[in-house]
Amino acid sequence: MLILNCPNCGERNVSEFRNGGEYRPRPACPREKDDLQWAEYVYLRSNVSGVQKEWWYHRAGCGLWFLAERHTKTNEITATYRWRPAAASSEEERKADG
Amino acid sequence: MSMKLVRQALRGERPPPRMWRAHELRERYDAVIIGGGAHGLCCAYYLAEEHGITDVAVLEKRYIGAGGSGRNTAIVRSNYLTPEGVRFYDASLKLYERMAGELDINVMLSQRGHLTLAHNDGSLRTMRRRAEVNRLQGVESRVIFPEEIERLCPHLDVSDHPRYPILGALYHPRGGIMRHDAVVWGYAHQADARGVHIHQLTEVTGIAVEGWRVTGVETNRGNIKTGTVLNATAGWCSTTAAMAGVKLPVTTSPLQACVSEPLKPFLDVVIVSGSLHVYVSQSDRGELVMGASVDPFPSYSSRGSLSFAESLAGHIVELMPALQHVRLMRQWAGLCDMTPDYSPIMGFTPVEGFYVDVGWGTYGFKASPISGKMLAECIATQRTPDLIAPFRLSRFSEFDLVGEKGAASVAN
Repeated sequence: MLILNCPNCGERNVSEFRNGGEYRPRPACPREKDDLQWAEYVYLRSNVSGVQKEWWYHRAGCGLWFLAERHTKTNEITATYRWRPAAASSEEERKADG
Repeated sequence: MSMKLVRQALRGERPPPRMWRAHELRERYDAVIIGGGAHGLCCAYYLAEEHGITDVAVLEKRYIGAGGSGRNTAIVRSNYLTPEGVRFYDASLKLYERMAGELDINVMLSQRGHLTLAHNDGSLRTMRRRAEVNRLQGVESRVIFPEEIERLCPHLDVSDHPRYPILGALYHPRGGIMRHDAVVWGYAHQADARGVHIHQLTEVTGIAVEGWRVTGVETNRGNIKTGTVLNATAGWCSTTAAMAGVKLPVTTSPLQACVSEPLKPFLDVVIVSGSLHVYVSQSDRGELVMGASVDPFPSYSSRGSLSFAESLAGHIVELMPALQHVRLMRQWAGLCDMTPDYSPIMGFTPVEGFYVDVGWGTYGFKASPISGKMLAECIATQRTPDLIAPFRLSRFSEFDLVGEKGAASVAN
């Protein structure tokens, strides 16, 4: 059974959580994006076989949306942490924004 | 009906010992198909049979039929929800109906009837809509009510006792089950007989692309030069496409299934319940073949889980209380490549010479013959056949999706 470490509540069974999909930084200047770029953001996924940074939602607990790093082949979770606005406007996001 | 089988039975002849041969990997092929499942092998067969393209290699990283082709619950049907889907899956079912004779192999197709149960007003409404869409496309399909359901399947609890009582069902007489391994072996045998090379234990490690054009494939057994590559993988379609620099709208989730101990034949229809996330049929060996919806989060792991067995058993017993003492025998998982609209992706990609036949979610087996035939036509004629045009990759950037909520494991 998979155990997730919620940043608020600690270790809980995965059945308490809902997976929110892989982490994709939202375009910082949405108005400047054309339809093709929006389609890419909305639909395309990396779907990596390896460590994936992804969203989880503690549905049957505190209701927190947080980030986890999980190996998609072994389901081993190496880290869970809160999303932070400061970290979000980082290099990764600027890169995604082209 | 395969006349060869009848002759063999009467004369006491045995079938030929090898159905396909092993070959050395050539330095170049006209076309390379990645994935030796029913889809890839079928495409190879049609390339050779209908378009005279026989210099084809099918690369399989394990043994043929090891992936989704050997892990599905072997159900075939064409009672989908969208007109595009119904037309496509019905063309597939028609090919399945004459496959035994065409491929000279006993595929054990049993069109025993397929029942999709409705447990609430919402699903009953969807069933009516599906029945009408099906009939407009010439597919026999109708809504039936508990009295008729009980006649077709006396073991179902059609009373108002269960938590989710059965209100009605969509009945699809031409739906049924077949032997999925025989489909893979039949295509492999016929493709091999026409000169196609089937390479097992051959894993693709890279795809060579020069200026948006495919030039070759790298494998663990050496490099191949080719101008045509078809990605017919399931479970690894994103990682394979990424080798060619193509990103897909796909996430991969495991779907679990299991079989019970063998029982005397009692269930001669396929029972599906979208609300309870189960489907069950009885194989010719007497085992109940049961499956559920995809696991709650995406993963490339194909391990089974206790929570799956527990919830599936609960739902099966709710449908058929007489099964409460039946034991489970085996449990497994297969990887499903889910797309946002529950429809597959077939045809051209932005990379010239790189084709996809991916995103087969929970419906790949039902579509094997027609997708292989259409992809072969697409590759040979360099244009997208009308039947698969709605399923092109560019539908996502054109915001023209095909919402197929008639797919298995979709609650409706």
